[in-house]
Amino acid sequence: MTGLVFLIPIALCMGLAGLAAFMWSMRAGQYDDMDGAAARILIDEDPEGGTAG
Amino acid sequence: MNAPVVLEAQSEAEAALATTRLTVPGMKCAGCIGRIERDLAKVPGIAAARANLTAKRVAIRHDPALDEGALIAALLALGFESRPVADCDALGPLGDESKERKSLNRALGVAGFGMMNVMLLSVSVWSGADGATRELFHWLSALIAIPVIAYSGRPFFASAWMALRHRRTNMDVPISIGVILATCLSLYETITGGEHAFFDSAVMLLFFLLAGRALDAEMRTRTRAGIGALLGRMGKSASVIGPDGTTRRLAAKDLEPGMLVLVAAGEALAADGEVVEGTSALDNAMLTGESAPEPVGPGALVHAGAINLGAPIRVRLTHVAEDTAIADIARLMDEAGQSRSHYVRIADRASRLYAPVVHTLALVAFAGWMIAGAGWHTSLTIAIAVLIITCPCAMGLAVPAAQVVASGALLRRGLLVKDGSALERLAECDIALLDKTGTLTLGEPRADVSALDPEARAVALGLAQASRHPLSRGLAAAALRAGVVPAVIEDLREESGAGLTGRWQGLVVALEKPAGPAPQGPHTEGAAEGSLATTLRIGETRQIIPFSDPLRPDAAAALAALRVEGFAPSILSGDRAAPVAALAAALGLEATAEASPQAKLAALEALKAQGRRPLMVGDGLNDGPALAAAHASIAPGTASDASQQAADAVFIGEGLMPAALAVRVARRTMRIVRENFGFSILYNFLAVPLALAGLVTPLIAAIAMSVSSLVVVANSLRLARAAGEPAT
Repeated sequence: MTGLVFLIPIALCMGLAGLAAFMWSMRAGQYDDMDGAAARILIDEDPEGGTAG
Repeated sequence: MNAPVVLEAQSEAEAALATTRLTVPGMKCAGCIGRIERDLAKVPGIAAARANLTAKRVAIRHDPALDEGALIAALLALGFESRPVADCDALGPLGDESKERKSLNRALGVAGFGMMNVMLLSVSVWSGADGATRELFHWLSALIAIPVIAYSGRPFFASAWMALRHRRTNMDVPISIGVILATCLSLYETITGGEHAFFDSAVMLLFFLLAGRALDAEMRTRTRAGIGALLGRMGKSASVIGPDGTTRRLAAKDLEPGMLVLVAAGEALAADGEVVEGTSALDNAMLTGESAPEPVGPGALVHAGAINLGAPIRVRLTHVAEDTAIADIARLMDEAGQSRSHYVRIADRASRLYAPVVHTLALVAFAGWMIAGAGWHTSLTIAIAVLIITCPCAMGLAVPAAQVVASGALLRRGLLVKDGSALERLAECDIALLDKTGTLTLGEPRADVSALDPEARAVALGLAQASRHPLSRGLAAAALRAGVVPAVIEDLREESGAGLTGRWQGLVVALEKPAGPAPQGPHTEGAAEGSLATTLRIGETRQIIPFSDPLRPDAAAALAALRVEGFAPSILSGDRAAPVAALAAALGLEATAEASPQAKLAALEALKAQGRRPLMVGDGLNDGPALAAAHASIAPGTASDASQQAADAVFIGEGLMPAALAVRVARRTMRIVRENFGFSILYNFLAVPLALAGLVTPLIAAIAMSVSSLVVVANSLRLARAAGEPAT
């Protein structure tokens, strides 16, 4: 039973961390352009290209 | 995916930069994104560009000295047509919807977090934890579940409350009652140290239902973004010429009658008026659906929405804002669209039957066990178990899951369906009316270059590609399709109303108007009455290039597919009787010609009065009221803004087949939805006796709920395959 004292807070913290990561990613616009994200991987960027590599 | 962060970092370092957003409908692939972002940043004054492929928009950070026109020109130099993003009010619900989608996603995230943690504790309880451990776990569950339910349940509670306040019920009423009662009972059980707590069921129910809602919202924002990218061609502002000769830009709503405005070539008119200076040709396609440009000179009346194709003209405004011809049609559309807002969606129709049955059942269970002497606590527990087990979890998913899969499949086939209600109404249609120009036909003139020799073709292309005139564009498109390499033309000039002239290998070459009121149009023979043509002059030889507005390549096949679905398609056109009759005969359809927007609307209303459910397919603004009044409507992607907004679905590309496919998929979707409902009812039929007998534990409730939801989702996924089948 003493294990629960650690395990339950750890489980909750991990869940909260996941939730926080989801909230952050949504606010940061990670889901704004799903089609673009899929296409961007195909762009050949030159080393000094205008976009951030 | 670190580029947005870089953009933000720049905004701190270079706070003086301005950001402009432009719509780029032609952006389709990774190559486009790469080119726009890389090459635009090389233009002097532009710091960075960020493309959004989903919304087909580019955000440009640039020197404030650069104006919108310069940015549009820079994009055009890269080969992309672009437009300023329409004002918020023009796009209307789009902004709200992305906000709604975000709040739904947040609620879904919170519900997911709550579900996982409560389930972790519940599984321990189900596996036999008891005594102090069980009590601790129940308390922890309550601590997690209550805030999660309060937050994630808001969309349902708010909607249920709205419905109840208007003395109606919808799907959210039984959901809210079930969730709230389950939470209250569980809290009571926790406080009194009881055996069963239903926190897991309540949170899981919310999670599944929110998933359905989030999918629904996702579907709408995705298709609306596609349609939003097509919109915005109507004039939103005008260059007003002051008494001192200076010009300033004014928004369309600030224009006043009597003002003198300058309409540049390629610009759309923002208000009705009378030409006072200059001659040009106007593309009136938005208002009439007619693709042939209309020549205008001093004294001619022009209407908002028309695009100036030729030389700049000065226009004295006569009617602005709400008084324009376009606004009249918009009002007609608004009124015609009223009936649609009364449409009750299938989920709400089902819940009107379902909610009273379930609530009566729960009440009967409570009363029955009280009479049997079970005590109020047991009776209440059983009544709530009935509510939880019948909570329309599978029903809440039954509709959105099927509709999301169907609209996703249709999206890949080139059809944007605006929302689930559109799919439901499409499935119910039983008669189809189609417009002619732009709907059955492509709505743009295509040149027949087969009679020309290769040299003449090259000269024609060299001339035509320099002009924005619809005939030139049609000619250039036809020549490019035939694999022609353009000849090099020198001294190229475009004279409004007269045509294009230039010099090729020392010879004077020209594309001229064969007939019409243009000052230089001496060559009239050969041009058939009513048909479009242009004259290609090389030196002294003249050749006629005929134009036609061809049928969509698969029009006949699409009409056949509609007939298979039991439709009797017919034509309802505003065009002249002769061409309509010819087309109708060729396709074997019945036709009504020379119908005004009001007549089209009246035809639709008459059909509805007979109890029919008409499907309208049309593109022009003249079809707008009919599109709004129809039970369901489809417009091509080349249609006017207003028509696309009035239509339930928009199809992209040259084929008409997506329109026929839409009906087929919509019907199949409704069949799947009905199957899903049938399954939910069967499931309730089996589960309710268990609940009534007091045998439902939280474990059984959790298993039953997830199994039924999974079955419904799996059944809906079958649609993706059905919509992918080639149309018959």
